[in-house]
Amino acid sequence: MDTEFIVEYIPLYIEAAKLTFGIGLIGIVLSLIVGLVITFIQYFKIAVLKQIAGAYIELSRNTPLLVQLFFLYFGLPKAGISISSEGCAIIGLCFLGGSYMAEAFRSGIEAVEKGQEESALALGFTRSQTIGYIILPQALSISIPALCANMIFLIKETSVFSVVALADLMYVAKDLIGLYYKTDEALLLLVIAYLIILFPISILAALLERRLRYAGFGN
Amino acid sequence: MQDLGIRVLFMGNNFERLLEGLWITIRISIIAVALSIVFGIFLGMLMTVKNLVTKVLTKFYLEFIRIMPQLVLLFLVFFGLTKSFGINLSGEVSAIIVFTLWGTAEMGDLVRGALISISKHQYESGAAIGLTKCQVYRYVIIPQVCTRLVPLAINLTTRMIKTTSLIALIGVVEVLKVAQQIIEANRYTVPDSALWIYGTVFFLYFVTCWPVSLLAKRLEKKMR
Repeated sequence: MDTEFIVEYIPLYIEAAKLTFGIGLIGIVLSLIVGLVITFIQYFKIAVLKQIAGAYIELSRNTPLLVQLFFLYFGLPKAGISISSEGCAIIGLCFLGGSYMAEAFRSGIEAVEKGQEESALALGFTRSQTIGYIILPQALSISIPALCANMIFLIKETSVFSVVALADLMYVAKDLIGLYYKTDEALLLLVIAYLIILFPISILAALLERRLRYAGFGN
Repeated sequence: MQDLGIRVLFMGNNFERLLEGLWITIRISIIAVALSIVFGIFLGMLMTVKNLVTKVLTKFYLEFIRIMPQLVLLFLVFFGLTKSFGINLSGEVSAIIVFTLWGTAEMGDLVRGALISISKHQYESGAAIGLTKCQVYRYVIIPQVCTRLVPLAINLTTRMIKTTSLIALIGVVEVLKVAQQIIEANRYTVPDSALWIYGTVFFLYFVTCWPVSLLAKRLEKKMR
C-alpha cells in the first residue's frame, strides 16, 4: 500500500463522488416526480396514458441501465438527437428510476385499506381530494422503505456512468489503474468512497423503517 | 441513404452473433442463480441461528455486498485479485464469482424472510405430533418456504440477467460487446448503424427479461 499515493489522489475521488452524488440526487428527484405522475395516471385510469405508462414500466424494468445509456448516448445521435453526457446520465437514471418509484407508490396505495377510500367518497370527497388528503399520506408512509431501497439502488446504478464519458468514481479508479498500475490503492479508495456515500443512507433507511413500523400504520 | 443502417443487422451472421452474445449473458446468469440458490438457502438458515458471531458475520457480509455497486465488486475480483494475489481469472469466471456472491446475499435475505414469516406454531405443531427436528423441516417448513421463495427467486433471475450487462466493462464478449464490435467493423461502410444495433440489444434484453418477470408476477398472484 502506498499511502502517499492515496493521500495525493483523495481530492480526485472527492470531486468524482460529488458528481456521482449530484447526478444521483437529480436523478432520484426526477424519478420520484415521474413515479408520482405515473401513479396518478394509473390511479385515475386515464385512457391512453394508462397504456403508455404500463408499457413504459415494463420496458424500463426489464432492460439494464447500461444498455439504456448505450442507446441514448451512442444510438440516438445517429437519428439526429444529440444529448450531452450529463443529460444522458440524468435521463437514463430517471427513465430507470421512474418505474421503480411508481411501483413503490402503487404498492403503498394498494396497501391502504379499501374502506378508507370508500369512506372518503361516501363523505363527499371528490376522487382527487380522496387521493390527496386520505390515500396518499397513508400510502407514502407505507412505501417509504421501498422508496429508500430504490434510492440506494439508483445511486448504486450511477456506477455505470463512466461509459457515457462522465468522470465518476469508477472512471477515476479505472484511470488510476491504467495510468499508474496502483490497482490496490485505487480500488481501496473506490470501495471507501462508495461506503461513505451509501452506508449512511442505508442506516438512515433502516432507522426510518423501524420508526414507521413502531407507528404501526394501518394495523 | 436514410435506412440508418438497419441492413447491418442482417449482413453476414451479425444477428446470430448478437444472439450468441445474449446466450453468454444468460448462461452466466443461470449458473450464478443456481449457485446463489444453493448457497443462499444455507446463508438464510445460518442467519436465523441465534448466535452473536454468526449474526454479526452474516450481517456484515450482507450489508457490504448489498451496498457496493456490482461493478465495483467486479473490479475488485477481476483487477484486485490479479494484482494482489496473482490469481488470474478470466472475465467470465470473475463474473460468475461476483454474481454468485451477490446473489447469495440477496437470496439469503429472501430465505431468512421466508423462514421468519412461517409462524412459530408450525414448528410447535410439528414437534407436538412427534416429528423429529429434521422431519419438521423436511415435511412442514421447507415445502412452505419453497412456495414462498419461487416467485422471489425468479425475480432475482431477471435482476441477475440485467446486471450481467455490466460484464462487458471487464471485457467479456457478451451481447453489448458484440454489438460494439459489429458497429466498429462496419464503421466505414455504414457509419450510422449504432441506433439500430443498440436498439436491437435493448429489445433483446427486454424480450429475455419480460417473460420471466411476467411469470414471477403470475406466481406471486397465485400464491396470495
